[in-house]
Amino acid sequence: MENFTPYTSLAGGILLGISASILMYLNGRIAGISGIISGIFNNPSATEKMWRLAFIVGLIVGAFVYNHFFPISIQAREGLTTPLLVVGGLLVGFGTALGSGCTSGHGICGVSRFSLRSITATGVFLISGIVTVYVVKHIIGA
Amino acid sequence: MMNKILSALLAGSIFGVGLSLSAMVDPNKIINFLDITGHWDPSLLFVLGGAVMVTLVSYRFIFAQGKPVFDNEFQLPGAFKIDAKLLIGSSLFGIGWGLVGYCPGPVVASLGFGFEEPLIVVGSLLAGMLLHKALVKA
Repeated sequence: MENFTPYTSLAGGILLGISASILMYLNGRIAGISGIISGIFNNPSATEKMWRLAFIVGLIVGAFVYNHFFPISIQAREGLTTPLLVVGGLLVGFGTALGSGCTSGHGICGVSRFSLRSITATGVFLISGIVTVYVVKHIIGA
Repeated sequence: MMNKILSALLAGSIFGVGLSLSAMVDPNKIINFLDITGHWDPSLLFVLGGAVMVTLVSYRFIFAQGKPVFDNEFQLPGAFKIDAKLLIGSSLFGIGWGLVGYCPGPVVASLGFGFEEPLIVVGSLLAGMLLHKALVKA
């Protein structure tokens, strides 16, 4: 096992749960990041657009402030060319829009509501991600 | 309107701190999690577990209130059927996730870190969503 961080991961996860609880308790909305983003350009209401943008701003500022006090060292990766990043981003954007959710919306909010769709989606993207990494790392050997 | 915006800002900030504390903003950590036959790092399971542990309990109490504080109703997904869109969409998302090590939350949260990768991924992520809107929703 490599760099396994059970305690900070659990603590960070609890914060994600608290965030999702606040958004549901106050605004009645699912804290699914892909849905929050796509709702900015799919929703005509100004209030809908504004709270979604506010969440995104908070997300960036929260991570920025944390990183300011406790710098996170992210090792540079080799072999990840711009075209590959673009293809990956397109797949994440198109896939989460078609599948109505990502790790947060399906994986956290949906699973805890016992939504069969979300539990299925979470299983599918986990398996698909695992297979992809297996092919890239162990078959192609990148 | 202001209440909704401020509560979203608060929730978003806590989400950003949570993703940073758990180091989910580090794509290497995601790739190592998905690399079950390599140097497996199970941290992501603890992140999901910690989050679900909270919402599993809190959602019960919240839904029992009947309605949210700043709105007239909870907005929950209306679809219940497992259809091809869900399966194909989630598979494609998983491929992209495995390729770049970023899902939507962490990559957006990383926009303020000042390096290039998140900018490229978020740009193409938005393009992917717009492509979906043009092709599937239209």
